[in-house]
Parts: sequence; C-alpha cells; structure tokens
Amino acid sequence: MIKAILIFNNHGKPRLSKFYEHYNEDTEQQIIRETFHLVSKRDENVCNFLEGGMLIGGSDYKLIYRHYATLYFVFCVDSSESELGILDLIQVFVETLDKCFENVCELDLIFHVDKVHNILAEMVMGGMVLETNMNEIITQVDAQNKMEKSEVIL
Amino acid sequence: MALKIVKGSIDRMFDKNLQDLVRGIRNHKEDEAKYISTCIDEIKQELKQDNIAVKANAVCKLTYLQMLGYDVSWAAFNIVEVMSSSKFTYKRIGYLAASQCFHENTDVIMLTTNQIRKDLSSPNQYDTGVALTGLSCFVTPDLARDLANDIMTLMSHTKPYIRKKAVLIMYKVFLKYPESLRPAFPRLKEKLEDPDPGVQSAAVNVICELARRNPKNYLSLAPLFFKLMTSSTNNWVLIKIIKLFGALTPLEPRLGKKLIEPLTNLIHSTSAMSLLYECVNTVIAVLISLSSGMPNHSASIQLCVQKLRILIEDSDQNLKYLGLLAMSKILKTHPKSVQSHKDLILQCLDDKDESIRLRALDLLYGMVSKKNLMEIVKKLMIHVDKAEGTTYRDELLTKIIDICSQSNYQYITNFEWYISILVELTRLEGTRHGHLIASQMLDVAIRVKAIRVFAVAQMATLLDNAHLLTGNMQRNGICEVLYAAAWICGEFSEHLENPVQTLEAMLRPKVATLPGHIQAVYVQNAAKLFATILKNQEGNTDSTAAQETSQMMIDRLPLFVQSANLEVQERASCILQLVKYIQKLQQKDVEVAEEVSALFAGELNPVAPKAQKKVPVPEGLDLDAWINEPPSESESEDEQPKAIFTKEEPKHSRPRHTEVDEKELARRREARKQEQANNPFYIKASPSSQKVYQEAPGVEHIPVVQIDLSVPLKVPGLPMSDQYVKLEEERRQKERAEKKKKEKKKRKEKRSGRGKKHDSGPESEEDITPAHVVDIVTEEMPENALPSDDDDKDPNDPHKALDIDLDKPLADSEKLPVRSHRAAGAPKSPAEDGEAENATPQEPKKKSSKEKRDKKKDKERDRKRSKEEKKKKKHKREEKEEDLLGGQAEEAAVQSEETKEVEAQPSSTSAEVSDLDFWLSNAPVPSNTQEAATVAAAEADPAPEAPAGTAADSEPEEPKDTETEESKSSKHKKKKQKKEKEEKEKKKKKKHHHHHHHSDGGGEESVQNGTVEEEEPLPPMSNYCLLAENSYIKMVCDIQGNLQDGSQVVVSVIFENKSDSFLKSMEFNVLDSLNSKLQRPEGSGPHDGLTVPFQLPPGVSNEARFVFTVQSIVMPQKLKGTLTFIVKNEDSSTHEKLDFKLHFTCTSYLITTPCYSDAFAKLLESGDLKSSSVRLEGVNMPFHHLLARICFHHHFSVVERINSCASMYSRSIQGHHVCLLVKTSAQTVSIDAKCDEPTLLGNVLDEIKQTFSQC
Repeated sequence: MIKAILIFNNHGKPRLSKFYEHYNEDTEQQIIRETFHLVSKRDENVCNFLEGGMLIGGSDYKLIYRHYATLYFVFCVDSSESELGILDLIQVFVETLDKCFENVCELDLIFHVDKVHNILAEMVMGGMVLETNMNEIITQVDAQNKMEKSEVIL
Repeated sequence: MALKIVKGSIDRMFDKNLQDLVRGIRNHKEDEAKYISTCIDEIKQELKQDNIAVKANAVCKLTYLQMLGYDVSWAAFNIVEVMSSSKFTYKRIGYLAASQCFHENTDVIMLTTNQIRKDLSSPNQYDTGVALTGLSCFVTPDLARDLANDIMTLMSHTKPYIRKKAVLIMYKVFLKYPESLRPAFPRLKEKLEDPDPGVQSAAVNVICELARRNPKNYLSLAPLFFKLMTSSTNNWVLIKIIKLFGALTPLEPRLGKKLIEPLTNLIHSTSAMSLLYECVNTVIAVLISLSSGMPNHSASIQLCVQKLRILIEDSDQNLKYLGLLAMSKILKTHPKSVQSHKDLILQCLDDKDESIRLRALDLLYGMVSKKNLMEIVKKLMIHVDKAEGTTYRDELLTKIIDICSQSNYQYITNFEWYISILVELTRLEGTRHGHLIASQMLDVAIRVKAIRVFAVAQMATLLDNAHLLTGNMQRNGICEVLYAAAWICGEFSEHLENPVQTLEAMLRPKVATLPGHIQAVYVQNAAKLFATILKNQEGNTDSTAAQETSQMMIDRLPLFVQSANLEVQERASCILQLVKYIQKLQQKDVEVAEEVSALFAGELNPVAPKAQKKVPVPEGLDLDAWINEPPSESESEDEQPKAIFTKEEPKHSRPRHTEVDEKELARRREARKQEQANNPFYIKASPSSQKVYQEAPGVEHIPVVQIDLSVPLKVPGLPMSDQYVKLEEERRQKERAEKKKKEKKKRKEKRSGRGKKHDSGPESEEDITPAHVVDIVTEEMPENALPSDDDDKDPNDPHKALDIDLDKPLADSEKLPVRSHRAAGAPKSPAEDGEAENATPQEPKKKSSKEKRDKKKDKERDRKRSKEEKKKKKHKREEKEEDLLGGQAEEAAVQSEETKEVEAQPSSTSAEVSDLDFWLSNAPVPSNTQEAATVAAAEADPAPEAPAGTAADSEPEEPKDTETEESKSSKHKKKKQKKEKEEKEKKKKKKHHHHHHHSDGGGEESVQNGTVEEEEPLPPMSNYCLLAENSYIKMVCDIQGNLQDGSQVVVSVIFENKSDSFLKSMEFNVLDSLNSKLQRPEGSGPHDGLTVPFQLPPGVSNEARFVFTVQSIVMPQKLKGTLTFIVKNEDSSTHEKLDFKLHFTCTSYLITTPCYSDAFAKLLESGDLKSSSVRLEGVNMPFHHLLARICFHHHFSVVERINSCASMYSRSIQGHHVCLLVKTSAQTVSIDAKCDEPTLLGNVLDEIKQTFSQC
C-alpha cells in the first residue's frame, strides 16, 4: 500500500500532497516538513530509499523518492510494495506529466495542481497501484479532458 | 431566473480562478497569510451564490489552500453540492476536494450515499470512475455497507476501466465493512482471470493485500496464483504474486518446494531487476520455510547469495541497499553463507549513505563470533565517536548492545570488557538509550555472578563521578545509568572497596536534581549500603565510625524527605526514622548490624520477561468477573502505574561545545593523570595498563585523549575497553600456548606427529574459553507456564477483522444488503436454520480444537435435550395423527442420534485443504489456461481417479464431489459437502465393523486390506448437458442457482472449438421471456447479445458464465438463443451462428444445502409443507447409486440414511424447502416428498422420474 504521495520543491514548498490515510491539516504539514528535511539533506548519489520518518513511519514503512531538477517526488509505502517497482512508477508518473504538459516544469505543477491530481488518480487509487501503462493513463486522461472541453462549449 | 444566471456568469468573469489565486499568493510573499485570509473571505462569498460554476471554482481554490495547510472542512457541504453537479467538470472538482479533506468524522458524508450511488450507475464511465476514485479516499463503514452491493455489480461491468477500479476499491470496502468480504470474494477471485490485464492486476493487488495480513485464509488460492505466475508476463503482477508466495510459504512448506524451480528459472531469465530481486526474496522465504524440513538447498542459497553480492557490489546505491536488505533475511537461517561475505558488509559500514550503513549494521548481528566480537565492537565504537547525527549514533549504540547480548551473551568471553564498553557508552551525550545501557548493566551484574566484584567497582566510580554524566541535567537520557549504578552498588555492596565513600556519593545534594525514580533507587540503596557498613564496622572496637555513618545519614536524608516525588519522600522518611532509631541503639551500645542487614537479606533472581504473563490462571478464578460493582465511567480514568524505566520525553540536548584551549587541555590532562595515579582501583583493576601505553609510544597518554577533545566527559579512573581487548588477546595466547604445551606433551607421550595440523590451523570457536567461569543465571519462569507465545498481535489492527475463513459456504445472513424494495429476498428459513448453521462444521479454522470440543459438548447436550423433547412430542403426535413422512424422518433423526454423538467430531480442517493437498502432491503444472475445467476437476476431486484407494471404504453414496465441472464460484459448496462426506465416512467405518461380516454375501470380490468392499464405486457423472453443436463449436452447459441472489441463476457454458480455425467475436444472445431474462450490462438494449470474453484457438475449450434473472421458479422454462461467431482461417473469415435452447428445469433452481436431522425433523413437524409422492418401477441399481444420482443431478443432500431408506433435503434459491423420503424394495422406489410449494415439488418429482427413466 502507498500511504502518501508528496511532491515538493527544493525549498520544501508543497506542490502536491496526496494522503491515503486521514491526517489533519497540521499533521500533514508537519509530515511534509519532516519528509523534506529527511530527503533534502541526502546527497545526490545515495540510494533512493529512506527509513524512519517519525510521523508517517512505523517500521514497515519506507520513503522512496526521486529528485528531478527542482522537485522531489516522494512516495511513502509499506513492505507490500516492491521498492524498485515504486521507483519505476515515479518515473512513469513523471514521464506522464511530461507528456500531458509537454515538457513539464515546476510552474506547470504550481498552476495546475488539479490536473496533476487527475493524472495521479489514473495511476494510484486509494493507495493501490491502478495502472502502470503510460499510454493507457494518457488515453484516459485525454478522454476526460475532452469531455470537459465539450461541456465548456455547451 | 435567466437574468440571475446571466448575472452569475458575468460575476464569474471577475472571480479569481485557481491560477489567479496561485499567482496572487506568489505576489504576496510578505503577507501571505493576510492575502490568503482575504481570498478565503472571497471564496465564502462565492460559495453563497447559486451558480454552480462559481461554487466549483471556489471549491477548486479551497482544494489548493487545503494543500497549503488550511482547514477547509467548513466548506464540506458546498463540496457535496459541487459533487452532485451533473457536469463532469464540476463533479470531478467536487470529488477531488472531497477526497482531499473528507474523513470518517465528516458528518456530511451521510448525505452523499445516494449521490455516489447515482454516479456509480451513471452511463458515463468517467462519472463512475471519478466517484470510485473519490470514494476510495473517504469511504466510511456506513458508505461501505450501503454501497458494497453496487460496487460488487461494477466488478462485472463491461468496461475494463470501471472493472479495475471497482475491484481495487473492494479492498477499502472490506477494511471498513468486513462482512462484505465473504460474499464478494468469489467474484473477486473470478477477476484474477479477467481478460483485461489491468483488471487482473487489480485483483491480484487486492488479494495480495488481503493475504499479506491473513495468509492462511488464502492458501487455497495457491494453485490459481501459480498458474498466473507461470503464464503472466506483466512484471507488476508477477512481483505481487511472488511477494504473495513469500507470505504463503511459511504456512505450507510443500508450496515452497513447488516454487523453487520456476523462481530459479525466473532469476536466471529475467532482465528486470525489480523482478529478480523479488524472486530472490521469495526464494529466501522458501528456503527459510524449508530449513527445518529439507536437508539442503545449498545450490539455491548459493544462487541467492551470489546474486545479492552482485547487487551489493553494484555501483547503483539502490541495488546495494536492497542487496543488504535481502541478505539480512538469509542471515536468520543460513548465517554461514552470509558470513563469507563479511568483508563486503564491513566495507558497507563505511558507506557515505546512512540508509546503507544502517542495513549493514543489521547484518553485523549475524557476523559476530567469539573470535571477532571485540574487533567488530571496537570498529563500531570508532563509528560512534565519528557519528554526527544522534539518530545514527543511537542506532549504533543499540546495535552494539544487541550484538553483545544476543543469545544470552553467547559471544562474550570477557565480561570485564563488556562492562567497560557499557561504561564507555555512558559518555554519549543526548542519547535516548540510557535506559538500555542501564538494563544491560543490571542484567549482567545480576546474571553473571563472577563479574559482580568488577561491576560494583565500576559502578562506584560512576556514582562518584555522577556530576560528569549529568552535566546538563534532566535533558540527558544517560542519567538513567545512575539508576543501574546505584542499584548494583547497593545490592552487591559486600563487594565494595570503600562503601563509606560510595554512600557519601549517593547522598550528595546534587542527587536531588535527578529524576524522581532514580532518586528513589538512590535512597533505598543508600539504606542497603548503610546496612553493609554497619556490619563491617561492628567488629571494630571503636564504635565512633559506625556512629559517624549514622549521623551522615541523618544529616543528608532530610533533603530527600522534602522531595516532591512521593516515592522518594516516602522511602526517605521511613529510612530516616529507621536510622534515627538505630542511632539510639548505637548510643546504648546495642549490636544492631545483624538485624539491619536482615532487612535486605535474600538473593534476587532474574525473572524472564514474559514470566508474569505466563502464570497460569488457577482453576475457578475468573479474571473478568467484577469483584465489586463496576465503577462509573468517570472513575475509570486510571492512574497508570509508572514503569520504573519511564520513557523520557524526547528532549533534545543542546550540543555541548565547550571551546577549550590547549593550555586548559594540558591542565586537565595533568589533573587526570594525577587522579588516575592516586586512584588505587585504577591500577589494581588493570595491572597491564602500563603496557598499553608502552605500545603507543608516540602518544604521551592513553588513547582516550583524542576522544576527550570532542567529548569532555571522560570519567576518570575508569578503565578503557581497549585494555581488555589486549588483555583478552594475551589471555587467549597464553591459553593457546598452554594448550600447545599440553599437546606437545601428549605428542611426546604418544610419539606421533599428527598433532601438527592442529596447532597450525586457525583458532576455532570452541577453543576460546571464557575468561571467568561465567555462571549465567537463567531467568525464572513460573511453574506450569503456558508455552503460548502468539500474543503479540495488535488487537487494534483493522486487518484482524478480515481474518475470515473464505472457504466456508455463504450463509443467508451474509448476503450484502441490497437497497431495492424487492420482496425481501428469500423467506427466512425456519428456526432450525440458525441452529443448522451452528451445527454444521463451519466454525472458522482459527478456533482452537479445544474450543471446538467444548462447543461440541454443548451441542451434544442440546441435542440430547431436544431428543428427549422430541420423543415426548412424537408420542403425543402419533396419538393425534399419522404422518408417515414426518414420523419416519423423526425416527431416522432419533436413531441417528446415537451414532452421531459418538462421531460428532469431524476433522474439519483436512477436507478444507484437500484441494490444495492434491495440487501440492501430484497435480501437473498447469501451463495453459485451456482445459481449465478439467484441471479444476482434477484438483477438486481426486476420488474418481483413485477409486480403489479412496473409495474403498468411503461412502460411495455421496458422489457430490464428482460434480466437479461445476462453476468455480460454487467450489466452497463442494468443500462443505466433502466435510459432510467425511463425517459419513466415519460413520460408515463404524458400520463396517458391525455389518461387514454378513454384508459380503453379494459376491463382490474387491477385497482391500482385509476390508470387504460393500458397495461398488460410482460411475463418473456430469451435470453438463449438451446445449448445441455444429461442425465448428460445441456448447455444453450447466445451470445453477445463485447463492447470492434469490432471483438469479447462473448458466455456465463450456465452448469447445472443434474446428481447425480460430473462433472469435463470439456473441451469446437469448430471447428473453416474461419470466426469465438474460442480465445484460447497463446501457445495452434488451435484445443485445453478450460478448463472450475470450477467443478460441483450434481445439481449445473455455467456460463463460451468464447470469439470468428469473421471477417465478415453480415452473420449468425454455429459452431460445443464438450464438454468433466469426470463423477465422489464414485466408478467410466467415460469420457463423448456432441456435440453441436453454432448458431451465426446476431442479436448476435448487441448491444443495446440507441439513441436520434434527432441523429436518422440526421442519417436517412445522406442518406447512404440502406432500406428494411418486413411484419408480424397475430401477435396477444399488440404493447408494440411486441416492447419488438424486444428490448429483437434482442438488439434494442426504440427511439420514438407514438401510434402504433415506431422507434428503434441498432448498430453492427462493428459500422453498424440499424434503424427500426415499425407500426402496426390490426394484421399486417410492419417493414421498414435501415442499411448501406444490407446483415446484410436482415438477421436481417429474424431473427425478425422468432422470431414472433415462437410465
């Protein structure tokens, strides 16, 4: 199970937060801060796994993250997920964003967080991986966007 | 109104949208909070408007603000409004907002149920999808209960997009509403073989997640997963399945054996690292599970370790990390294979990546031996000094203690060394693990008697220098060690060199700043010390020394009497009064020492950690019973007893950076030297310390100096562990030399040169003898301790509720709640229903057999009682009326009582796993999805294949288990029957003993192991009958009532491709009648056909299922239908069709339902059943065959059989009871039947008659 998906920038500003378990807003912010603190102090060429975030932790949980330019993509998962699999999933996520936004950059995420949520919803649902095939994800996202557009015209 | 809308949209143009909000926030960096609060005010205004577009825009902005940490729960109702918009755009915004901020306590969630249900059944798949996604985040127990049935329907939706979402969300539904698991599980299982890979993957995902928590309930799925594993090419699915197998193998070692080969192949063949890694992991799990049973799988272990070494050596840090992680799993069972890679692991300890260092630390645990423990710990101590962050340092500290204390200090040969390591560790500032060090000190001092003298001396020094440890008082977890030090000095005070000095140290005013629980120990142990001192001084002629000590106590104790801590205060005042009294006696020259020390006499033995828990509860003591009236709620705010080692609040210590100049340092060094020189103990305790210095000639002083620079906390007078390393080495060398000498002597005596090999080889583990005669006192356990150890499960784990036996057949009460107002499902069965349910051997497996037995006893008691009642009633009734059937059944029931009571303990588990057993024992590896039916048959039923063996003394009149080609969803039903069968078998065995002497007159010759075969085995039977056939395709079908739904029947059709061409685009269509309709997916017209979800290559057959809705079930039905399909050759493709006629017999509405004889009797007694009867002439078959046929073809079960008379029972999908009494005499069979629906009964009897007329 995936417990949370966080995207924040190099300064710890949240760009997307998706918790699959309920926390109140303060705790959420605290988790984001702490996660940023843990992740940001790590060198570039160390491994992408991290144990022992206090808040979201528990011994069964791990942080799996990737760092792209100005953004950190962090997944908090338990032992039922494959570590390397999740790393691949983050890659798929980023590539999908890249396709949907055409050369995605931090600004896209800043101004279109709702769209990022919609894309993520096609990949992960309720903390479980729904789809890993990028083309399938893009097809579904596009179809929904088309629907939206047709409604606007109406 | 129109004006309003226009006005709304004009307003809208001036509203901020999300982008404007974000831009605004970025432009107001200085007063962000203020800006946002004005934005929130605007949003509040927008939400008040009627225009849904404005509202949606506002909600969208709120979602963004929620991410920034603003509470938006006040807008929950508006979110619900936006969710219920008919436009997808707004709906999506609403659901997103809801998924971000709704949770179980959001009260407006109650209002959403109907909206969500509407969206779930929306014709637009994306409405459904968005609702499912949202629901997955905020589903509550109420929503789960109300929507479970709707979601379950969606699992069979035509669109794979919906199917996969519905499947996935079921996991959340199960968590919130565990009752839904059993009814939904068959369908979930079906989805494992869904044609769409996404749906399949989702189903695998959900089942893996379920199985991870309660693996034993999913063992029976192993064959299916095995098939998927060998056929799937999707790495995601493979990884999940392989992970699942990792969880299952510990429960079933045979499964492991089966897995090893395919997994090894995958390891060799796959290029995906993720898959390779999971394979290695699962192979490790398999090897662990096999480690006891199988002698060696060394090849597999070698393979794993090799692959892992490659991972660890990889430059990719991720692989390195995972390699170490997996290595630690092997370590537990095969430490030897890991130990050979010690070099690599020690190397990882120096890695720059903390995650990797932590993993390597884990592995160290298994690397140590008596020989290298000191060396490894030394290395770790260096790391401790270097470690910058407290987390990693604390981790190192716990690891050091872990590896030293593991398996009862197995690897420690020199406890002086260990104590000094512990003392060195007390130099760690700001560690959270002071209590850990303390408990180690206590443990060692208590359990290793030989070390007490040394330990006491060390602790005395610690106490003396307590001010150094407690430098920044209170914040420092390390002061916990003083707790141990004080206790050890007090308890073993007889070993103290200078007790008065220690006593003085313990009563210093500074002690009063220590935490309360430590002070309490100080006070109490001061008293112990006092007693010892008195005893020592009593012998002296001069009594002033003793009186001085008393005076010191009296002077110092009042400080503690004033303590705010109750415990300290109480102990101090008691002891103060005691000392005052002693002083009085001393002044009168009375000898008191003996009596005072008697206060603390007696040895304390260590108690095992779980000992308390394991004290058996004495008979007749009910711990749950109230002794007094239960107190009111408010009183129950209990004061929890504070543990002795209370966990200190994580207080972060201020790093102590004292800048010290060279001069100061030199001065301190000098002072220390002085101190050490003056400390008699220091020299005594380490006679070879000189040597250490000599060996480091360049350094002026002991190696501690460098450490001192950063940590100015050197406790003077304490010996360093390094000395002991040297000492120990020397000792070992000496020992070796002595041994050699001895050996030489021996050799000389023996005059043989063979001994040479011995001394040249490296020192082996056994050669190292511990320095002291280590007498490790074992921990005490109470007498009759219970061996149970499985009490570690968290009772609050939500998954506990999902520990549900899935093989158990569904009961009526378990159906998912359906919202419609349909005439309430099946009429509730009579009172026996509940009882029958209890009586059937359905108790979940998890119950212990003991419980079962108890229950059985109860039941037997009940049964006896009811039997007696029945007897009475029977007599009464016989006087009143002659009811042939009822009476007979009753008699049958009563007669059976005796036998039943004797054999009422069925071995319920064995039948349950028999499918799996068979698969594990000899089923061939199913490589293809084809022939699923036959494989299933083989799996489910070994009986017909081994008729001589298994049927030898089984009851062949119960052939229900041959109805194997039945659809998979009814598999559990079979299991129940099997269970029954087993009971019968037992009974039968009994009967054999009574009857077989005269029953072999029939001349049947098959003699088996001395038992005479009584009844010949049954010919195989099948319920699949031919539906239609042409040169391309053959259709056979079986019709079954749906357990779930009283108005559904399921038609399973096996399509077999008879041609050499490829058959595709098969469409199955039926002309609906008023009474029976084919269930089509929502959105399709009443005449649309259903696509068969597969294609057929030549020669292949596959099974599809179609659900029909029926209204009345009392009459048989015929439906006309057509199958259209495309025949595709290499060069051409043609459309073909095949007409068929589906025959719904009344039998197909019956469901095999077991019934107990007493329940059966009550049912007949109830009197609202109509009776009917039929006679069959010229039936030339054994009675058990006859019964078997009725059971098999007409879905009955035998309630009771006595000689040539049997009672049988079945139930329709709408809950009609059908009871039969079958009697035979000389080729004539008479069947008396009763049913609450006469038309149905008549038709069923006709059908039975027809069955027998055909043969």
